[in-house]
Amino acid sequence: MPLFLGVLLSDVAYANSDQVQWKNFASWLNAGALLLSGLALLWSAMALINADRHRRLMLSSGLLLAGWVFGSVNSLVHAKDAAATLPEGLVLAVLVFGLVAAASWLGLYIDRPEVRT
Amino acid sequence: MRPSTRCVLAFVPLALLVACTGSADPPVYGADPPLPEPQRGLLPSMKIAEPTLWGDRRPQVPEGYRITAIATDLQIPRQTLVLPNGDILIAEGRGGGAPALTPKDVIAGIIKARGTSPVKGGNRLTLLRDADGDGVYESRTVFAKDLNAPYGLALVGSRLYVANQDAIVRFDYQPGQFTAAGPPVKVADLPSAINHHWTKSLTASADGRFLYVGIGSNSNITERGMPAEVDRARVWQIDAQTGAHRPYATGVRNPTALTIQPVTGALWAAVNERDEIGPNLVPDYVTSIRDGGFYGWPYSYWGQNVDTRAQPQDPRKVASAIRPDYAVGSHVATLGLAFSSPAMGEQFADGLFVGEHGSWNRSPPVGYKVIFVPFRGGRPGGPPVDVVTGFIGADGKTRGRPVGVTVDPPGGAHHRRRSFKHGLAHHAGGSTGSQ
Repeated sequence: MPLFLGVLLSDVAYANSDQVQWKNFASWLNAGALLLSGLALLWSAMALINADRHRRLMLSSGLLLAGWVFGSVNSLVHAKDAAATLPEGLVLAVLVFGLVAAASWLGLYIDRPEVRT
Repeated sequence: MRPSTRCVLAFVPLALLVACTGSADPPVYGADPPLPEPQRGLLPSMKIAEPTLWGDRRPQVPEGYRITAIATDLQIPRQTLVLPNGDILIAEGRGGGAPALTPKDVIAGIIKARGTSPVKGGNRLTLLRDADGDGVYESRTVFAKDLNAPYGLALVGSRLYVANQDAIVRFDYQPGQFTAAGPPVKVADLPSAINHHWTKSLTASADGRFLYVGIGSNSNITERGMPAEVDRARVWQIDAQTGAHRPYATGVRNPTALTIQPVTGALWAAVNERDEIGPNLVPDYVTSIRDGGFYGWPYSYWGQNVDTRAQPQDPRKVASAIRPDYAVGSHVATLGLAFSSPAMGEQFADGLFVGEHGSWNRSPPVGYKVIFVPFRGGRPGGPPVDVVTGFIGADGKTRGRPVGVTVDPPGGAHHRRRSFKHGLAHHAGGSTGSQ
């Protein structure tokens, strides 16, 4: 999630400065974020298989999946040259961060009661 | 009288990249090409070529002409130069090596590595000689070696100038020489940081006072940042005596060949334009180069058509951008340029031969041939005519790619192409239908 936030912030910096290095940061942060959130997706899929039906878990996994899919699209958008990435890349960065943040919040919210029991 | 003109070829090892998926209109030509709206999907269109051997096939040439390979197994041939005694010099080498900055660069690097020749660039000049004039170049020597990705060649009197990827160097030359007498002398440094487009094209003014050097941009469309483009995408005029330079024309994305027009003495350039905004944008072109002219890159193309990918924009530059003389089609990758002479026969007496390396990012593929742009009154005056074709077959397989084009004053056009002769043998060893 922090990596997706990094993508968003780098994109904002690029949009404001036209310095391509910010876009390069965003591209790599997005790649790293996809890798880690891909692992998270894998774990939540396994949790879904093992666990009993759990509404929140399904919802958080669904949001994570949506975030990952849009994040993948965003990596392709970021592969366009120079300013061709804008504005779609920034819009997608906001969307992906929102989805992944919601998924994380739901996921952690689920974990806590389980720890208590 | 029908000229039995010789068209000559050199074979060299190399594998290929071609274009791709979907469909597109035929490429456009001329002084006023239709320019569609820019378009770009999520993935740029491209495809790895299917290189294959010539076998019994030969490139096709017009009736009454004949095509012969004059040298094979070269090490990445680039531009050629016909010397006063009829000897032919060939620059061989491969430069570049721009670092990967983004995940895209890493992935593209892997894809492109599969499509290029395993042969190392020769970093040398090869000299061919046909002493008895029978069309067979029986002698072959290495004129000079240990150069740094040589590309452009020019002879002024007894001085042979070579454009390495980082500097212009000079050899003393006497007609009949087989090898250079000694190491070259540096004339001037050239911009070489990053060197995304590394090929340095070269020609000399008619009076021999000045050298013109084409310096390509450091990116497709500024994706390596504006600071990387200082002294790039331009033609330099260099004083042959002192090595002092000044920008002669700017905004020329990748001037891969330069030549001087006979009679007028005007400088002409073959220029490769930008990618990733559609199969029919932006046309590569040949144009006369005006002193002090700005040709659009990166802010606009074909005159005042703004390219929004280049930011921040410069409206004053856009307003001053010159429209090139003649479009030869988008993504054809013009690499060779040579004015014809009446010795080439009536049909090709007055005009410009253009070598088209061929696209890797357009579908259907274009280029992979040598064309002729007829001239009238010193200007392009008609649709282009195919001269050498067959580098890409109906089966979609590619057999080498045209590079430099040279007209032999006595009456043959030397079209060099790269073939897979070597690369294919290599390829066949490891491939069992996997590609």
